Amino acid sequence: MLEAFKELMKDGRFKFAFIVICVLAFMSILSFFSPYDPLRWNVVPRDRPPSWPHIFGTTSQGQDLFWQSTFAIRNSLTIALIASGISRVIAIIVGLVSGYKGGTVDTVLMSINDSFVVMPLLPILILIASVIRENLNMVTLGIILSLFGWAWDARVIRSQILSLREREFTYTAILSGTKTFNLVVKEYFPFIIPIIFATLINNMIWATGMEVTLAILGLSNTEIPTIGTMIHWAVNYQSILLGYWWWILTPVIISVFLFVALYLLSTSLSEYLDPRTRIQRIGKAKE
Amino acid sequence: MLFIKRYLLPRIVQFLVVVFVGITIVFFVPRLTPVDPVQQVISQITSQGAFMDPAAVDALRQSLTELYGLEGGMFQQYFAFWGRLIKGDFGPSLFQFPTPVMDLIMISLPWTAGLLITTTIISWIIGNLLGGLAGYFKNKAWAKTLDNISMVLRPIPYYIFSLLLLILFAYLIPIFPSAGGYSVGRRIGFNWAFISDLLIHSFLPAMSLVILGIAANFMTMKLIVSNIVAEDYVMYAKAGGLKESTIAFKYVIKNGLLPQITGLALSLGQIFGGALITEIVFSYPGLGTLLYGAINSGDYNLIMGVTSLSVIGIAGATLLVDLIYPLFDPRIRYR
Repeated sequence: MLEAFKELMKDGRFKFAFIVICVLAFMSILSFFSPYDPLRWNVVPRDRPPSWPHIFGTTSQGQDLFWQSTFAIRNSLTIALIASGISRVIAIIVGLVSGYKGGTVDTVLMSINDSFVVMPLLPILILIASVIRENLNMVTLGIILSLFGWAWDARVIRSQILSLREREFTYTAILSGTKTFNLVVKEYFPFIIPIIFATLINNMIWATGMEVTLAILGLSNTEIPTIGTMIHWAVNYQSILLGYWWWILTPVIISVFLFVALYLLSTSLSEYLDPRTRIQRIGKAKE
Repeated sequence: MLFIKRYLLPRIVQFLVVVFVGITIVFFVPRLTPVDPVQQVISQITSQGAFMDPAAVDALRQSLTELYGLEGGMFQQYFAFWGRLIKGDFGPSLFQFPTPVMDLIMISLPWTAGLLITTTIISWIIGNLLGGLAGYFKNKAWAKTLDNISMVLRPIPYYIFSLLLLILFAYLIPIFPSAGGYSVGRRIGFNWAFISDLLIHSFLPAMSLVILGIAANFMTMKLIVSNIVAEDYVMYAKAGGLKESTIAFKYVIKNGLLPQITGLALSLGQIFGGALITEIVFSYPGLGTLLYGAINSGDYNLIMGVTSLSVIGIAGATLLVDLIYPLFDPRIRYR
């Protein structure tokens, strides 16, 4: 594990992503020590540009942007983790059943699966969110996103299972009387876990993007500070026209850092896990 | 015949499944939530300060229930919904009453279709060419620069990127208009004045879609090409002394484009969502802005109509791309 980490830290992309994620994680922990209640307005002077003690400035609602963003990062990451956590479970089940059973089950499941890949998810999510609206708290939003975000990864897991099923050890295990459940958990999971991890990060990017989009449109509970609702309020209070650049730029820059860091993390990890590129890397190290 | 059975038929069945699953979700999910849309509209009206006596509220509830197709049992409603869908009838818009939802959609649709088709084609071609070349000549400095730029752009959501372009080129350096599809008061017509006005207004929304689209195509194409380069036939071509440019274009990029056609079919839904969001940022008069207006006014009928039609539209466009595919891949044509 430590060995793998050392190897990964040689990759500039991974190093950058790791540092950014650490900073953002640190900020979200800081939210527990915030001197202000994120839900209350007018706790600090309004519309102040960045200066001590309000290092990111303050909003027209009288909130401190730095402490507000610590809550926003924490909540956005929580929603993303709920969404991608639950959708991993769905993806694993669909992928396993479809890949292992094959035949009609596979055809039917993959047909439904492909529908979720092809369908325009944004308008559907907008429809659902616009019906639930104010009742849409972080957990429900996470669950709804998870119900739509599993399809692509189920396909990836299925194709891995398909190739594992044809391997020699599968036949050895079946002929020596291993139960299907044990075979899948003990023999197949070690192969799927890296995939699950790589797809988890990608799914977090998707879920955060959707959360931000829905919140900006005013379709989630706008009281809860997330990266999306911060942008929503900044746009709603005309911060661009009024020249309060610090208000709109704080959540925008944080989100750009978050998305880029997660993406670099996932590309560097999947490249590390890909046996073909690993051989190239070892070759390079020897030269 | 085998072509129809092996290739055409499964795709048409898949199209029907997508439409069926999509429309079923659109129908059932809002009904599974505890929120009653009729009650929501009524409380919205009464919260705006209008006084209504109980009899009037009852009459309103009756007519809204009828309007939403909420009469009878769940399955009765479900079949009635399909019936209306096939006729293209989504009922009247609630906030531009009594204009039918379909008419509103038909006014906005050409804007979205125009923006979406142009930007998707441009970004697919440029992104794949650049990605293919960068994958083939991956040690060149320009390839690395392009790679780094698209690595940063790729994960940025459409909304954030459009917002950044809007702040940069409409407020800080005001060279482009910040909103709308054409200048206020200009008459729509087929003349140079209108077209140039249209192009200036469409430039920023198109740019944000094109740049993000190029970045996405670039990244996948580069990955595909870097796998193709390791194939034996490329080695053989190199050993045979073919020109580098011939190998790159005729042998590597040409083969890499095939999976990218399938990739395009699979990502159409996502690109469409991106176009909706971009339109909202720039107040471009397409489906996105129509949808945003519907969200803000709680026009449930209009949201339902736009969503159902986008499911059918995207499923149809995906089928179309799948049907074009055999024209480029002789292996499927001559099977």
